[in-house]
Amino acid sequence: MSWLLVLPIAIPFATAVFAYLARASAAGRWISLGGSVASLLASSALMVGVLREGVIAAQMSSWDAPFGITLVSDYLSAVMVVITAITGLATAIYAFGEISERLEKLGYHALFQTLIAGVTGAFLTGDLFNLYVWFEVMLIASFGLLVLGGSRAQLDAGIRYVALNLVSTIVFLAGIGLLYGVTGTLNMADLSEAVAQAENQNLITVIAILFMIGFGVKAAVFPLFFWLPASYHTPSFAVSAVFAGLLTKVGVYALMRMFTLVFVGDVAFTHEILIWVSALTMVTGVLGAAAQTDFRKILSFHIISQIGYMVLGLALYTPLALMGGVFYLVHHIIVKANLFLVSGVAKKLTGSTDLNRIGGLYKSSPFLAALFIIPAFSLAGFPPLSGFWAKYLIVKAALEIDAWFIAFVALVVGLLTIFSMTKIWGMAFWKPHPDGIDPEPARISPAVYWPMMIPIIGLAIMTVVIGLMPEPFVQFAEIAAMQLLEPDAYVTTVLGVRP
Amino acid sequence: MNSIIFTAAARLLVALLLVFSVFMLLRGHNLPGGGFIGGLLGAVGFIVYSLACGPKEAKAALRCSPEALAMVGLGIALAAGLVSVFFGDPFFTGQWYWVGGDSYETAAFSVNSVLVFDIGVYLVVLGGILSLTFAFEEET
Amino acid sequence: MEALTALLVGVLVAASVYLMLARNFLRFLFGLILLSNAANLVIFASGRMTLGAPALVPYGMDTPDGVVGNALPQALVLTAIVIGFGLLAFTLALAFEAYRRLRTLDTDKMNDAEPREDAK
Repeated sequence: MSWLLVLPIAIPFATAVFAYLARASAAGRWISLGGSVASLLASSALMVGVLREGVIAAQMSSWDAPFGITLVSDYLSAVMVVITAITGLATAIYAFGEISERLEKLGYHALFQTLIAGVTGAFLTGDLFNLYVWFEVMLIASFGLLVLGGSRAQLDAGIRYVALNLVSTIVFLAGIGLLYGVTGTLNMADLSEAVAQAENQNLITVIAILFMIGFGVKAAVFPLFFWLPASYHTPSFAVSAVFAGLLTKVGVYALMRMFTLVFVGDVAFTHEILIWVSALTMVTGVLGAAAQTDFRKILSFHIISQIGYMVLGLALYTPLALMGGVFYLVHHIIVKANLFLVSGVAKKLTGSTDLNRIGGLYKSSPFLAALFIIPAFSLAGFPPLSGFWAKYLIVKAALEIDAWFIAFVALVVGLLTIFSMTKIWGMAFWKPHPDGIDPEPARISPAVYWPMMIPIIGLAIMTVVIGLMPEPFVQFAEIAAMQLLEPDAYVTTVLGVRP
Repeated sequence: MNSIIFTAAARLLVALLLVFSVFMLLRGHNLPGGGFIGGLLGAVGFIVYSLACGPKEAKAALRCSPEALAMVGLGIALAAGLVSVFFGDPFFTGQWYWVGGDSYETAAFSVNSVLVFDIGVYLVVLGGILSLTFAFEEET
Repeated sequence: MEALTALLVGVLVAASVYLMLARNFLRFLFGLILLSNAANLVIFASGRMTLGAPALVPYGMDTPDGVVGNALPQALVLTAIVIGFGLLAFTLALAFEAYRRLRTLDTDKMNDAEPREDAK
């Protein structure tokens, strides 16, 4: 049983080792691809196990919980691990087309696989301090990837990214210290009981706010998001796709985990803050995007506005809202990573990501245009794509508890998202290229073009499939939400049945 | 740094430090010591050497790139954790095989996965710290 | 002892916030180092400061002999220090590289990632 939980973390690590040793040759990218396929298989096996058992847990080194480190997976963790593996595989294929040999020699594939291992570890761990360690694994790999290549813009972005993320992990660490001081345990399942029994509930609320800030920076919620639009448009496109898809979502996942399992003593206060945070996040993100004229900067700001929806799903704290939040999380990773991958192809074809200096993509490569339309409309929430169902669930949940204002905000932000997407469409695809270049796919060699297109096609198909057949996914999200709201199964699986 | 006294002393010091780092690594599990502290001491040894004879010499003495050393160490540590699958235990459970006895008192020595893990940690720490140091020394 | 540690944490955080508000990235980095040390002290103090022997089980026994110190916060702090060391060393290398390439550590003058509109 424990192997199901260990392999999704161990495989990327092992792949990183071999990919680093083979970095000087072309074998590195094949090792990375093979490792990504193996990760996907391992995480699918984990998913099957979770579907069968509900929640599965493993105690590392045979130290029983709550003393040792526990790996645990419920529905939410399992689906996040699978989606991480899918994104990893998509970008590993994409890297064949995009990543230059110079970056490969610097250890691109090793860093990339370490990042995947860190993200997966963060999703699977059941121990708070271990979560901190995985955050750091993830961070150090992402620092490396962000500045790999070392252009001036990358170094500048790297400094902003590093500075704010380090502060957030230190805040998180201080929160861990205080929580340990109050409860004497760090196992999340154990914490959920210990926190409820703690004498000083006000102190717990203060600690909850510390965690909210620490995870909030990671998730890029208002007003802690400034590092994201300052950095995500500078690294290579494969890297920014992984960042956009996964990194902020780890923050959202951690928020969801901690604020359903541990910090539920003062929901009226903490989750009320989260509601306002999510509303402001949605609005500032989408307004920020409207002011930008760079393909990737627009997409970066949209990450922020979409994070607002996911946090809203948590903040409303009803079964339907959490279900929408989980659904949104999965849908968003696929769509956002895909949009960044599309922007990479657009850059290859036209030579820039500045929307004022590119154009003519619709005329010369209608196929790419069609592939852009799918995730773009899904992001804005058009039926019958996956984004429609995600937004529908969240808005319905808001209306159910008569939160008219927040539902209104969510709908307006959806409309403004369409505005940004039509801006990209109009400037990059519709208008002719300002320099008169015809950005045909024939301009780049098939060996570059197809590895970049295959993952885009695959992710677009997934978006359409989720949109057309949402039923099994919604049911899955419903069970995941129930497990979050009633964590008894989670706690007993980790700690064992006690008298 | 071109001081004859330091260069001459460094050779002695480096040898001592490296031997001591291996000693620390081996006494690890049941006494204070272990892979981490051993790796630190080993790294100090190479840093002293590079201060005395220059980073180029120190790199040549290491014989492979410190990054590769760290990655190999990571692989070894991971493999040591995975060994326990063949014995049906959870990941990272220590596996002990006693030579010439059946417990700590009677055995002459033991083959165990804990030491392998420690060796992995040793290499990770040694490689990690040296790659940072060499990077800084090259810059300045 | 706890009160003293709490005061120390307060002083460290105050100093680090002062440093982190500076425009110079290197001062920010020093502030970060102080802040991470403050967080480590918080963990250390939250394990309760008691007088006791090292938490080692004597040979042949199943439990430690007498009062022992709480070993867990020490392990946590050690891990946090090591990770913090790695990250800060990386950040220092990054700052150095940035200084070499951008010829400045003033964060106001670093705008390669987001060039000002009027400067174009």
